[in-house]
Amino acid sequence: MIQRHWKAFGLSLAGVLGFTTAILVLAGAPPLEAYYHLLKGSLGSLNKTGAVLTAWIPLTLCAVGLLYTFRIGLWNIGVEGQMIMGAIFATAVLRWGVESRVPLLYLAAAFPAAALGGGLWAIGAGILKTKGEVHEIFAGLGLNFVAQGILLYLIFGPWKRPGVASMSGTEVFPTDLRLSFLPGLRFSPAGLILAVIALLLTAWMFRHSRFGLVLKAAGSNPIATLLFGERPNRYMLLAMLLAGGFAGIAGCVQVSGVYHRLIPSISSNYGYLALLVVMLSNYNVFVVPVVAFFFTCLNVGSIQLPMMLRIDSSLAGVIQGAWVLVALAAIAWHRRKVRPEKEH
Amino acid sequence: MASDPGARMAVELIDIHKEYGPLKANQGISICFAPGYIHGILGENGAGKSTLMKVLAGFTPKTRGLIRIDGSNTEYQTPAEVSRLGIGMLYQEPVDFPVLSVLENFMIGQTRGFWLNRMATQKRFESLCLHLEFSLPPETPVQKLTTGERQQLEIIRLLSLGANVLILDEPTTGISSFQKETLFQALKALAKEGKTLILVSHKLEDIERLCDRVSVLRKGRVTGEMERPFDTETLLKMMFGSVPSPLKPSQTAAGAPLLNMENVSATGDRAGLRGCSVVIREKEVVALAGLEGSGQGVFLRLAAGLKVPTSGAIRLQGEPMAGKDCIAYQNKGVTFLPTSRLEEGLITGLTISEHFALKASHGFRVRWNDAEQQAQARIEQFRIKGKPGMPVESLSGGNQQRLLLSFLPDAPSLLLLEKPTRGLDLESTLWVWEHLYHYREKKTAIVFSSSELEEILMVADRILVFFNGGVIRDIKTAQTDVHDLGRAIAGKA
Repeated sequence: MIQRHWKAFGLSLAGVLGFTTAILVLAGAPPLEAYYHLLKGSLGSLNKTGAVLTAWIPLTLCAVGLLYTFRIGLWNIGVEGQMIMGAIFATAVLRWGVESRVPLLYLAAAFPAAALGGGLWAIGAGILKTKGEVHEIFAGLGLNFVAQGILLYLIFGPWKRPGVASMSGTEVFPTDLRLSFLPGLRFSPAGLILAVIALLLTAWMFRHSRFGLVLKAAGSNPIATLLFGERPNRYMLLAMLLAGGFAGIAGCVQVSGVYHRLIPSISSNYGYLALLVVMLSNYNVFVVPVVAFFFTCLNVGSIQLPMMLRIDSSLAGVIQGAWVLVALAAIAWHRRKVRPEKEH
Repeated sequence: MASDPGARMAVELIDIHKEYGPLKANQGISICFAPGYIHGILGENGAGKSTLMKVLAGFTPKTRGLIRIDGSNTEYQTPAEVSRLGIGMLYQEPVDFPVLSVLENFMIGQTRGFWLNRMATQKRFESLCLHLEFSLPPETPVQKLTTGERQQLEIIRLLSLGANVLILDEPTTGISSFQKETLFQALKALAKEGKTLILVSHKLEDIERLCDRVSVLRKGRVTGEMERPFDTETLLKMMFGSVPSPLKPSQTAAGAPLLNMENVSATGDRAGLRGCSVVIREKEVVALAGLEGSGQGVFLRLAAGLKVPTSGAIRLQGEPMAGKDCIAYQNKGVTFLPTSRLEEGLITGLTISEHFALKASHGFRVRWNDAEQQAQARIEQFRIKGKPGMPVESLSGGNQQRLLLSFLPDAPSLLLLEKPTRGLDLESTLWVWEHLYHYREKKTAIVFSSSELEEILMVADRILVFFNGGVIRDIKTAQTDVHDLGRAIAGKA
């Protein structure tokens, strides 16, 4: 199974490199040099690797959450909103913790609160889906806008900095309410540990828990699952809760470990990017961290491009988008090749 | 043509035996058919009537015995020889050419040479029609006729071919009462002219109204003969033995009511379900008969809690089930096996072991070893050709069906099976029912739908006939038969 994923992965990588090279040539940029700068800009120094890891953590957390919803066949497009709600809940807890004598307690409490916030937001879409028969894509997209609205209201309203309300966000938290940094690497090990735990936990759940099995069953055939004695709707809500929870934790990492305050762009499009990561990984929990790493390298590395080669940094987006399309095509092609005899 | 019109022919069957391997369909049958009489052959399904007529019509060779026509021993091998002898058989399903016109069908087999003598044939056709008071449009394609009209066409065709002996096999099945009247008048007229008429039927009413004498068959033997006037009780005794008893051995009495449907309506399928009131009792095996999509599927899904009725009430073991879902039904011991295996029954992408893991424990952690062992055990027990690690979609249809059956719990209260033997060969079908019958010892009620009437009659205690979304018949199997059911399925309750 895994071998097949890697094969599809390799195929799509080759396809995407060809495609990107063609675009670079058309844009008049030297392709090799562009790739060199992408690489150097992302992994060229410890500092930059730290930046890559900092972006990898929320992206991986969001992607892990999406694995649950994809497994049961839900298109959880509302990860952005869930991450924002997580960040808001975390900020609320941390604000209470300002000037407290036990800041660590508040910092620790911010994470479950964020998971709850993201989870509730996701369950909103889940209930609309299971009870109201609203497609989860529309519900999730709608809730993304609502979450964004609440975020801006808080930043420019109740939580504005004394005297100023600006796009730069809320008041910066004191040091004892921030996740600790590794000196030199500029990323918080706590976030990294959380992301790795999330990955391992999910891998275990999918392999060994009844929950993971039912998700897979309900995603493939809800009626049969019902006849096997499990309610698919409940598992949909649970999957949404988990996906939202992980996204919420990602939001908390951003607030407490990266920006140390709530900012309007707190979700940084990681929610949407995570969808691409998971699809490109062919919904495989072991491939997700690798693809997420590639994506963050592209994102971080492409920051250099405008300076060095006068190419717009959106090249990273082009590469990522093209990659997903090529990958989906490669997976489809591979699947047809592997089992043609079953489709009579 | 050997016989001239008006000739009188006596046919004698002496000690006819017909064996299909170990099955003895006819065991020494002797009957004498005299000209000028309408002779009925009465018997239950499987009594040996059809076999006897096939022997007489030359469709199947007898194992031993004698056929005497007008006193002389006659041997024949093919229906064509029989036809030349002046014996014609009218089959249940008319044998004709649907796209040809009535007249063209009439002409087939009775013109000599290359040129069709259309005018002369048409004249003969019209005079025969007039004589028997049949009104058949000569130029209409046969496919546009009703069954009754096709039967009339076949009768005059056989007569025109020179038949002096007419065998009619269940002629009143699927025709209107008006056509039945016309047919009976025609048959009486033919008998008066000296034809020998043999009417095969399991319908007492028809026999009593039409026949002059009757021979009753049971289990391949003649159990009695009778001349007009008939005594119904005596005839029934001859047909069924002492009293009309169920075909199946040792019926256990049904137990307490299990499932009550009161005036239940629902949407779905083609016809939905309208005003259905049914009680299913413990230990019962109930068949749902009917044309595809007449409401059986909706019934099963309502009983499984997969569908919500638009009106009416469903009670399980006396408890109202309104507002409860499929799982609540399952907790009361209801198990539903849908017919579309990969669409509703099994989960594509999951292996056999994974299915058993899903079925098994409700703990948080999956015990893969247990699931695999159970899968292996069931694979052997249910003779499934497959391995625990195989995805279910890679199994063949028959093996998927066996796998579904292997998921059935040990002691369900109600088993709902949608066409459980669809696509299985006879051996597998018997195997499945043998397995299912064990559940009766556990008070389980079995409700199943099937499109095979023979299967229904073979295994069910009671039959619900669905027509256009309603239950139009609720009858004990022992009190019905293939033809009766066939009529009900066609909406003639």
